[in-house]
Amino acid sequence: MAKQAVVIERMAGSKPHKGRKIALEIVTLLLFILFMMPFLIVVLNSMRTNAEIINEPVGLPQNVGQLWTNISDVWNNPNFNFLSALKDSVIITVLSLAVISIFSSMAAWVLVRNKTKWSRFLFMMYVAAMVIPFQVVMFPLITWFKTVGDFIHIPLLRSYQGIIFAYLGFGEAMSIFIFHGFIKGVPLELEEAADIDGCSRAGTFFRIVLPLIQPVFVTVLVLNGLWIWNDYLLPLLLLGSSGTIRTIPLAVQGFNGAYVKQWNLIMVSTLLAMLPIIILYLFAQKYIVQGMVDGSIK
Amino acid sequence: MTSKQKRKLTEALFLLPTLLAFVMVIIIPFIYGIYYSFTNWQGTGAATAWVGLDNYKAIFQEPAFLHSFLVTLLFTVLNVISVNVVAFVISLLVTSEIRGRNVYRAGFFVPNLIGGIVLGLVWQFIFSNILPQIGTAIGSKLLSKSLISNKDTVMATMVIVNTWQYAGYIMLIYVASIQGISKSVLEAAEVDGATYWKRITRIQIPLMANAFTISLFLTLTNSFKMYDVNVALTNGGPTAVFMRKPVQASELLALNIYQTAFKYNNMAQGQAKAVIFFVVLTIFSIIQVSYNKSKEIEA
Repeated sequence: MAKQAVVIERMAGSKPHKGRKIALEIVTLLLFILFMMPFLIVVLNSMRTNAEIINEPVGLPQNVGQLWTNISDVWNNPNFNFLSALKDSVIITVLSLAVISIFSSMAAWVLVRNKTKWSRFLFMMYVAAMVIPFQVVMFPLITWFKTVGDFIHIPLLRSYQGIIFAYLGFGEAMSIFIFHGFIKGVPLELEEAADIDGCSRAGTFFRIVLPLIQPVFVTVLVLNGLWIWNDYLLPLLLLGSSGTIRTIPLAVQGFNGAYVKQWNLIMVSTLLAMLPIIILYLFAQKYIVQGMVDGSIK
Repeated sequence: MTSKQKRKLTEALFLLPTLLAFVMVIIIPFIYGIYYSFTNWQGTGAATAWVGLDNYKAIFQEPAFLHSFLVTLLFTVLNVISVNVVAFVISLLVTSEIRGRNVYRAGFFVPNLIGGIVLGLVWQFIFSNILPQIGTAIGSKLLSKSLISNKDTVMATMVIVNTWQYAGYIMLIYVASIQGISKSVLEAAEVDGATYWKRITRIQIPLMANAFTISLFLTLTNSFKMYDVNVALTNGGPTAVFMRKPVQASELLALNIYQTAFKYNNMAQGQAKAVIFFVVLTIFSIIQVSYNKSKEIEA
């Protein structure tokens, strides 16, 4: 009865619906064009000479081939050094994600399965630490990393190992929290069976638990990955703005500071900086969106 | 070694890497950080002496810091409203019956993929080159000069850029929430003659309460901690006058903390500001947790 009513109502109301649908489509399209405008501006101005931009900021490129001239200017510029920055960003992001996801899932599993007051305390401490903002630890962190680095003869400043270790420290609390929530819902029976079959504790984790918690890895990788890839302040403090290791945000900012506003070249540098993550998004869009939504709700 | 000991050892080894990083990266620097804020620490190996509350007294008499604090609160309020309103409107659009919903959803999220430094530079170009030319062409006095170098409009540019960057992310949260509302509820309302507007305000919005809470607190902390867009877009400028002293019109707290330490070489006062920053964020979190608790009881 109710269903029939809906059908009747829909048929009766199909005309105003259609008008509303078109209105909504136009509004959405206009809003979308507005949202995409900055990207269009980047692409168009990457194809122009600096003189063109200064004479007429709003204008179309005279010669699309200028794009290649600009790219090669920026590409080989020692202040930007795109390939080297790309390499450093990839190394730091990939290795940080590897240690964060593996070590956090290991810790979360032990914390869930061990119902002692110690594991409860540790978990509470990780949760509480999530409110600590980077700003309150950043200055002491630099001096402390220097002291420790000198002591163990492994540099923690201006080095890959130092910044990856720091990302583990800053990323693990939220990651353990997310893994913890998921592992609580994993049935214990499988692990008990593995135990009886003589599987070691480590073997149980890597062979039984790890495959079961794969979905939540996506969340942890996406949330940490976007943050680390785009992070500016931690690399600035631990790697320095003129060090040998430079991530993409450091390179873009360094390049921008090195010139008296050569906007065409700055636009090319932002274009190059955007491309890797946008290309990744084209392929992994489903996972990235899923990861962001799950991460925010947990 | 018995199997029980072996098991304990494995578990301890599993906890070790994260615990080590946590202690070395968060706990020890945090304790040092609190301690340094009560000293004349200079960031080097030089001797540090206890100065009690001197740093705190000094920063609360400093116009630049007080101004930065107020500007950060202003930015946070405006930005929370702006991001959530825009995100909510987009989420309604991309969950309506329009064609190409999925493309739009994916597209609106794209700005969120890109870092604040890169976005800040792009928008700096837009505000200082593109808009002034359009402003001149249409004869608008306001737009014909860069909105970034005008102390009265510079905060608006920060809100515009951050809304553009963040709304796509918050939209995803609202979309997930809208999709969780059962279709039959909305259809029943339609049958009962509820208008489009009524269905949104009386049914969708109340059922999305949880998503609103999440989004509000996410944007709240995100806005309060804003740093990289600030650096790349305005770098704190232009100059304004506050308490009869020159201050930076758009210098948010995170940038003010950094500049105190590295531009003005006052590590101890920078650290004291960071501790205040931490205290405010902790208050936000306590409010959030107690709010969520009270809602759980209601439900």
